[in-house]
Amino acid sequence: MAKKLMKGCEAIGEAAVKAGCRLFFGYPITPQNEIPEYMSARLPQVGGTFVQAESEVAASNMLYGAAGAGCRVMTSSSSPGISLMMEAVSYMAGSELPVVLVNIMRGGPGLGGILPSQSDYFQATKGGGHGDYRCLVLAPSTVQEAADLMGLAFDRADHYRNPVFVLGDGLIGQMMEPVEFKTEIRPEDLPAKPWATTGCKGRQPNIINSLYLAAEQLEEHNWHLQRKYAEIEKNEKRWETYNTEGGCDVLVVAYGTVARIARTAIDEMKGGPVKVGLFRPITLWPYPSEALWETAEKTGKVLTCELSCGQMVEDVRYAIMGRKPVTFYGRTGGVVMAPDEVIAQVNQLAGASV
Amino acid sequence: MHNEIILAGFGGQGVLLIGKLLAYAGMKAGREVTWMPAYGPEMRGGTCNCTVVLSDHQIGAPVTKNPHGLIALNLPSLDKFEDAVRPGGVVVVNTALINRLPQRTDLVVVPVACNEVAKEAGTAKAANMVALGAFLGASQIVDVDLVKGALEETFAARPKLVPINMVALSRGYEIGTALVPAPAAR
Repeated sequence: MAKKLMKGCEAIGEAAVKAGCRLFFGYPITPQNEIPEYMSARLPQVGGTFVQAESEVAASNMLYGAAGAGCRVMTSSSSPGISLMMEAVSYMAGSELPVVLVNIMRGGPGLGGILPSQSDYFQATKGGGHGDYRCLVLAPSTVQEAADLMGLAFDRADHYRNPVFVLGDGLIGQMMEPVEFKTEIRPEDLPAKPWATTGCKGRQPNIINSLYLAAEQLEEHNWHLQRKYAEIEKNEKRWETYNTEGGCDVLVVAYGTVARIARTAIDEMKGGPVKVGLFRPITLWPYPSEALWETAEKTGKVLTCELSCGQMVEDVRYAIMGRKPVTFYGRTGGVVMAPDEVIAQVNQLAGASV
Repeated sequence: MHNEIILAGFGGQGVLLIGKLLAYAGMKAGREVTWMPAYGPEMRGGTCNCTVVLSDHQIGAPVTKNPHGLIALNLPSLDKFEDAVRPGGVVVVNTALINRLPQRTDLVVVPVACNEVAKEAGTAKAANMVALGAFLGASQIVDVDLVKGALEETFAARPKLVPINMVALSRGYEIGTALVPAPAAR
């Protein structure tokens, strides 16, 4: 199929349709409105349903119902809207429901602003809702990758019966790039979900629930979830490295939009005295800690760059465990750092080591 | 080759559209492309711009502090971006709405009264196409025929609009090539 020039948001919508998603429930918020806009036009063409709910709380609980009925279903929102969905995310994690949630992050806290940000990292990877739960978190860096990861998100959500987040930012959502949709799955060709509540005529009823009043039962349910999370940690870590062969003086760790900016900085520094590499996590949970350390081991210093006041840097420090110096550079509030800011940080770090 | 271009004007002038045509043509030419709108609290009649990057390599940052080229359809756009353009960059200035030329002497300035030229071509609304044509003529960064193809595809649902926009684009292109017969910054 020929490449199309699409906005990240539109590509996310089309990729969901191509992954067999036929249901979208959401509520508008900038900078991701092109996703519901696209879905509202596209889903009726393929026999799907788009609902603009009365609120994010309602939309997220519609996800619970539709996922429980065995359908591939998604929502998308941006930071404040995602916060409103957090109760349902905890319930869906507890009830083991496969759903895909897209967060096109904007600046916070509170109502914040509408420009790109990465300050929902903690919320996506460390909880957000209550209880001991985890969501697989995928962080695209290009429009093509956003489309590809949507397919993976639905696939992994079904496989593990778990909510999956696709964590982008305003830049990934609003930017246009060429994109190619490599696969298309029809809903009727998806594997059966024998656990779903589809009407129990002729079989025992299926129950979808996160309420366990007996302590031992709830503990056993938690151990069951933890075994699943351990399995996800074992199988699902994804990352990419750039210019790290043979080690480097400074290793930049960045994801999503910032990884692109770091890449430009690295290209501009090629042939100069400081060798710079990039480690880009694609899964933010599970975090590719071992791979990061293997790369950082051959590195002088580590610089973490984010559009936040320092969130992922905690996972970087946890992976490095004090074995290398880790510094942080961030812009926030919707300010997107320029490549020359990264270059200045790298030079400062490299100069300090001479 | 790697080109970063900022296209700027006020809301309604169609800068996002000509940015898309440029990116689309770049894609058809087999290059890596990005198109990034400034999507802050812009409003109808307010300032509006987008950044298009065309490259032979994977594109990192889709935004730029120092573009290789600029299309300025109104005065605030020229005021905002003149200093940012890299030396030797092509700057299209819409003299129909901008009453000054760039103060810098290290730019390839292409003054075009886009609105007037567009009006002669059939409609003043196609001033953006004149500007894009002039930029292509002066910079030659993408084959103008690919842009024409992109225009046809983009207006597929409203074919009535194609000829008039095509004429405006061609007029702009002729002006751009006449003003800069041997583009230096390619």
